[in-house]
Amino acid sequence: MTYRAAVTRAIQQEMRHDDRVFLIGEDVAKPGGVFKTTGGLLDEFGPRRVMDTPISEQAIIGAAMGAASSGLRPIAEMMFADFVLVAQDLVSNQIAKSSYMTNGQLPLPLVIRFNAGGGLRFGAQHSQSVENWLMAIPGLKVVAPSTPADVIGLMAAAVRDPDPVMFVEHKGLLSSKGEVPDGDIVDELGKAKVVREGRDATIVAVGMMVGRALKAAEFLAADGVDCQVIDVRSLVPLDTTTILEAVRSTGRLITVEENPRLCGWGAEICSIVVEEIFSSLTAAPVRITTPHIPLPHAGVLEDAAIPSVDRIMETVRGAYARV
Amino acid sequence: MTATTIESDAGTQDVPSSEVRRDMYRLMVEIRHFEKRWMRIFNSGKTGPGHSSIGMEAIAAAFGTLLGEGDKTYATYRGHAHTLARGVPMNETMAELLGRATGLNGGKGGSMHLTSVDHGMMGSYAIIGAHLPVATGAALASKYKGEDTVTVCFFGDGTTNIGAFHEAINLAAIWSLPVIFVCENNQYMEYTPIRDVTAVDRPAADRAASYGLPAIEVDGNDPDLLHAAASAAIERARAGQGPSLIEAVTYRHLGHASADPGKYRPQEEIDEWIGRDPVPMYKARLVEAGVPAEDLDEMEQQIIQRVEQAADFALASPLPAVDTLMTNVWANGDSSWRR
Repeated sequence: MTYRAAVTRAIQQEMRHDDRVFLIGEDVAKPGGVFKTTGGLLDEFGPRRVMDTPISEQAIIGAAMGAASSGLRPIAEMMFADFVLVAQDLVSNQIAKSSYMTNGQLPLPLVIRFNAGGGLRFGAQHSQSVENWLMAIPGLKVVAPSTPADVIGLMAAAVRDPDPVMFVEHKGLLSSKGEVPDGDIVDELGKAKVVREGRDATIVAVGMMVGRALKAAEFLAADGVDCQVIDVRSLVPLDTTTILEAVRSTGRLITVEENPRLCGWGAEICSIVVEEIFSSLTAAPVRITTPHIPLPHAGVLEDAAIPSVDRIMETVRGAYARV
Repeated sequence: MTATTIESDAGTQDVPSSEVRRDMYRLMVEIRHFEKRWMRIFNSGKTGPGHSSIGMEAIAAAFGTLLGEGDKTYATYRGHAHTLARGVPMNETMAELLGRATGLNGGKGGSMHLTSVDHGMMGSYAIIGAHLPVATGAALASKYKGEDTVTVCFFGDGTTNIGAFHEAINLAAIWSLPVIFVCENNQYMEYTPIRDVTAVDRPAADRAASYGLPAIEVDGNDPDLLHAAASAAIERARAGQGPSLIEAVTYRHLGHASADPGKYRPQEEIDEWIGRDPVPMYKARLVEAGVPAEDLDEMEQQIIQRVEQAADFALASPLPAVDTLMTNVWANGDSSWRR
């Protein structure tokens, strides 16, 4: 099953499971989504539960918030991650703070989903990765699946979670395929996965970078460097237990992310590792990121900006050379 | 454009029942004395800043007598009046203003974030315009669940120039949602007259036509007229006929926030509006209609006592325990983002 089809199946699964779940967003109903991720949902669930909205990001996110505070379980689509910024007041000032400011009176069970990331030549306003700044806002949960099975399991976890979840789909993964078991899949937020065992170094990645890290690890294995790869899957809550345990066993940490370098989530993970298990490290942690730039359009430039399999390999090799 | 301007002549309107009128007056007096007592506490340096509704009580009071269980209220940072008008207890409201553990939000919200979900008071919002889309969502939930509950969303004149105002009303209109948007036009956008920064004369009513809604302007100092406008809008919403946008023209006697003396306003203008103070005006009308003045005076004395008790309760209440700093970021009461 493709990642794209998994998104549809995930929403369908949750809408079948719970009548309180509904989907709103621009072009999600009749057109089936600009990324073709919501096709057929209108036919099955009707216009009461699958609603096309105007281009009004604040209204969409606000409606989701109001509905969540009134006992429903909204899924709001923001199309491109960049558009979340248009409604950022609702996301960071209202939704994220609701439970805390009301002393627990108004927790908000809602999901805001969108397509993040680059690689498709969309230019700077349709390609950015937003996980790092969303995870910096207290009150939001941030989930970024890298496989079709994870899309379904984590979407179920997100929709059933009592707190607001920012669900980061990656547009570069939409056509990728993966095994998906039959039946309902329900995962758990806050669980990282070791997706490749290895003894020499731990590579920590999210979203599209997981596949690149795995590929790099295969090539590196052929050169005699055996890398472990961790798919973080959920940045908030963050499974530091799995990450710390992994780095303890390998002594080396490399983070791979699509965010601009400054304040990327890799810095947070490196910092946690250094603070808590410094003595287990046999080398300084290494961060692989995009440079501190907006993403360019031209393929040659965009490819140079986003961490590639080659860059991951070279960086890991370089880290070894330094030891 | 359909102009459904409700004229300032109470005589031509259906007058609410004497019970409702008495209730409206009671709420206005409660709000007035509560605000005055709280301002005294603020001036003594015992609490942080806030925004009083003195002079604007009639609007909250009129809606307060019409909303019931399941109906929802959204307010701005100037939300003390709307909170009390939903029947939220004075003690806990005052305690929240003073940041006490016994406050509505355990002291975490304060003056600008008063919330009591049990009373349908869904929150006070301190970012201009942010709550209009949220109120729209609450109304969407009513429709989705097939309930006949309504949502009332209060905001100031300054909000009408924010994008969220337009996005929310458009969405509510296209989906015929049971929400009533109430612009409390107190004529000042913080320190600047709204007319100086707005392309139309009536910041809300003149924009209603853009969303297929009638222009409704009402005297915001006249509880009877407000009650009529509110009843019609609530009836329309409960009947599934969609949202309303009401502009209630009023005036705040004090400045924008508790520390603002409001000196940017001409004295004649202030005098004129204080001469139209809704509380004594309405009292005079009720007396003229046959309510004994002594009854109203007695009611006021009882309210003053209750307000004093609320102030005593709040001032004597403990400050929040420091460990509550780390509670309720998440629905499970916790704040840990890592495991």
